[in-house]
Amino acid sequence: MTKAKRQPVDEPIDLAAVDNIVRRTGTTADAAIPILQAIQSHFRYLPQEALEHVCRTTEITAAQIAGVSTFYSQFRHKPVGRHMVRVCHGTACHVAGAPLITEALRRHLGIDDDHEDTDADRLFTIEKVPCLGCCSLAPCMTIDDVTYGKLTPHKATMIIDKVRKESGR
Amino acid sequence: MSDHNVKEIRVGLATCGIASGGRPVHEAVHEAARRHGLHVPVKAVGCSGLCHQEPIVEVVSTDGRRQVFGGVRPAEARRIVRDCVTPRGMVGKAMAWAGRMADLLLSDEAWVSVKPFAAHPESATEAGQAGEQKLIVLENCGQIDPLCIDEYLARGGYAALRRCVADMTPQQVIDAVTQSGLRGRGGGGYPTGLKWATARSQQDSTRYVVCNADEGDPGAFMDRLVLESDPQRVIEGMAIAAYAIGAAEGYIYIRAEYPLAVRVLREAIAQAERAGYLGQGILGTGFSLRLHVMEGAGAFVCGEETALMASIMGRRGMPRFRPPYPAESGLWGKPTSVNNVETFACVPWIVRHGSAAFAAIGTERSKGTKVFALAGRIRRGGLIEVPMGTTIRDVVENIGGGMHEGRRFKAVQIGGPSGGCIPASMADLPIDYEALTRTGAIMGSGGLVVLDDSDCMVDIARFFLEFTEKESCGKCTFCRVGTRRMLDILERLCDGKGHPEDLDDLEMLCDQVRHTSLCGLGRTAPNPVLTTLRYFRDEYEAHLQGRCPARKCKALIAYRVTDTCIGCTRCAQRCPVQAIQPTPYEQHTIDAEKCIRCGMCKAGCPADAIVVE
Repeated sequence: MTKAKRQPVDEPIDLAAVDNIVRRTGTTADAAIPILQAIQSHFRYLPQEALEHVCRTTEITAAQIAGVSTFYSQFRHKPVGRHMVRVCHGTACHVAGAPLITEALRRHLGIDDDHEDTDADRLFTIEKVPCLGCCSLAPCMTIDDVTYGKLTPHKATMIIDKVRKESGR
Repeated sequence: MSDHNVKEIRVGLATCGIASGGRPVHEAVHEAARRHGLHVPVKAVGCSGLCHQEPIVEVVSTDGRRQVFGGVRPAEARRIVRDCVTPRGMVGKAMAWAGRMADLLLSDEAWVSVKPFAAHPESATEAGQAGEQKLIVLENCGQIDPLCIDEYLARGGYAALRRCVADMTPQQVIDAVTQSGLRGRGGGGYPTGLKWATARSQQDSTRYVVCNADEGDPGAFMDRLVLESDPQRVIEGMAIAAYAIGAAEGYIYIRAEYPLAVRVLREAIAQAERAGYLGQGILGTGFSLRLHVMEGAGAFVCGEETALMASIMGRRGMPRFRPPYPAESGLWGKPTSVNNVETFACVPWIVRHGSAAFAAIGTERSKGTKVFALAGRIRRGGLIEVPMGTTIRDVVENIGGGMHEGRRFKAVQIGGPSGGCIPASMADLPIDYEALTRTGAIMGSGGLVVLDDSDCMVDIARFFLEFTEKESCGKCTFCRVGTRRMLDILERLCDGKGHPEDLDDLEMLCDQVRHTSLCGLGRTAPNPVLTTLRYFRDEYEAHLQGRCPARKCKALIAYRVTDTCIGCTRCAQRCPVQAIQPTPYEQHTIDAEKCIRCGMCKAGCPADAIVVE
C-alpha cells in the first residue's frame, strides 16, 4: 500500500511541496511547463489549490496556467487511479488490434462512461497513448513502469487481474 | 578457474530490451559470470536495432568475433555464459559435463541452444536484418554502454569536435556540412548547412541551438533509440552545430514519454561537462556551450519548430507564421537553429570521414543514410539504417524478412500522420526525398509500418485523421474544423453509412486543409487520406457499398462459428457479453444481435473454427 502515493480528493494539498518545486525551477514565465510537470509528478494530477499557489508565488499568470495545462495532453486536472494503464495506440499497435485491447480493458473494469477513464475502485486509470515506441512488441501497454507486449484482449484482462491481486484487492 | 576467450558480454537494455524482459536476463548473466569465474565486463548496452529479437545477449571474443543470441530468457542466459568457459582440470571438466547432463535430463530443451542469428547488422548473413544496411547514425548503438563516455571516446568520439575547434573555422564547418548534402532528417528535408549559415549570418550574437527530439509520430522510435543507445553522438553533433553558428546555449526538447532516454541524456550531458566537451572553454578554446534538457508535455504539434520554441518558452505549443524563420528570429527573438536528433547524429561522422564520403552515399539529391523504425506485419521489426536510394522492396523483403506465412504485402505507411500509404505495386521506388514526395507521401521522420492484406486502408486513414484531429492545436480554422469533418466522413464510411458524394467531399476538404494551414501538421494531415484514396479507391467504394474487404471495420463484419467447432465451450466462457451459449460437444453459435465483435472468441478458439465474414 505504501508503493503508490495517491492523493485522496478531500485531503488538504501540501503547498510546501509546491514551494519546493518553485524554488527549484525558478519563477519566470518560461518555467511554467517544468513547474506543472513537477506538480503532476508529486500529486499525480494538478490540484486546483496547487495551481492557484503557483500563480501567487511566481510571475506565471492564471491565464497562462490555464492555457498551458489544458493544451498539453500530459496534464490532468482529475486525480487518477492507483495504477496507470497506458495502452499504446501507435500505428503498429493499431493494426495489431490496440482498439480491441482498450475496449476489453474498459469493459473488464466496468468503465462505461466515455468521459471516464478510471474504474469505480479508483485502482486503474486507462489512457490511450500515441506511441510507446515498442513497435516490435505490438500491441503493447504499460502498467505503471512495466511494459507488457504481444497482447491479446484476453491476456490484457488477465494481467489486470494479476496486478489487482498483487495490490491486495 | 576456467579458460575463456571472452572480451565482454553485452545485454541490450534500451526500452525495447527492458520491455521484452532484458533486466532479469542481465542479472542472470551477471550472476552466472560470477559463478563461473568469468571476470569480464557485463555491459548494459542500448539497442542494436534488432528489436524483434530482444532480449539480446551478445558475446564478444578477444579476437573480435561476435555472437548474438536473440530471445534469451534467464535460464538460457546462464547456459550461454556457461558455454563460454572451458573449465580447467579433470574435476572442473567433470563437473561441467555433469551439469550439462543434468540439464539434458531435467529439461526438454537443454540442447536446443539459442541460435546466434547474426554477427552484426552490416555483415549479417542469415536470419538477422541482413543485407543493405549502412550504419552511420547507428554505428555505436548496441555496442557501447551509453552511460560511459569513455566507450564513446574509444570509438572515435569527440574527435570531430576536437578537429572543428582546433583546425576549422565555423565557416569551414558549415561548408563541410553543406558539401556533404545533409538534409534535415525530421521530415522536412531542408539543407542543414543552409540553415546553419542563415543563423550564423544574423547580426545578433546571442544564438541558440535546439535539438528536436519530440518524436511524436506514432510508429516512430528512432530518436528514442539513438538517445538511449548513443547519446554522446547527438551531444557532439550539437556542440559542432553550436560552434558553427556561434551559439553558447542549447536546448534538447524531448518527449516526456521517453523516461529512459531523458535519464540517459541528462547523465550523458553531465559526463560530457566533466570531461570538458561541454561547459566553459571547451577543449581549451574560447568556445563554450551549455545544454538544457526540456521535457515535452505531450503535444504532437510541438514537433513543428515554431511550436517547439513556444513550448520551450513556457507557452502553448502553437506554431506561428514563417518568415521570419527560427534561424533568423527564434527563441526569445534570437537566431536559433532547430535540427532533428538524427541530423545531429550524422554530423560527427561527416566531420570525421569528410563531406565527400557522406555525399558518395545515396542518390543525387538525397545524400547519406536514413534510419527507419520498421514495424507492422513483417517478420523482423526494429531499427534499420539504409543508404538513400534503397528500394522499399529491399527494406520490406530483405531487411524486414517479408510478410508472415500466408499473408500478402499490401502497402507501406511511411511518414506517420504526415505521410501516406505507398502500395506494394510501387515497392521498387527508391527511398529519396523527392521520389517519396511524388507519391503523395513524405520521407517523414522515419516511421515505416508495413501493412498486409488484413489491414483496411480506410481504417488506416481514419486512424491517422483521428490522431491529427486530436493533435491539431486549433489555431487555423481549416485544420481545426476540416480535420474534424474529414474524420466524420471516414467514421461514417467505416460504419458502412457513407454517402456517394463522400469521396468527393473528402478530396475537397483535403485540398482546403492542405492549402490553408500554417504549419506542417495541417498541411500534411490530408496525406494519409489522399494516398489511400489514390491507390486504394476500390476499398473506399467497397465501404460505400457496406463491405470491408479486409474484414476489419466492426460495423461491416460478423463472426460465425464453422463446423470445425469441437464444442469445447471456450469461446462461450470468454465472450464478455454472453453472445455464445455454452453447448458442450456441439457446434456453438453466435448471437449476432448481442455480439460486440471484440474478437475474444476467435483469439481463444483452439480449433480455429471462428471466422470473420
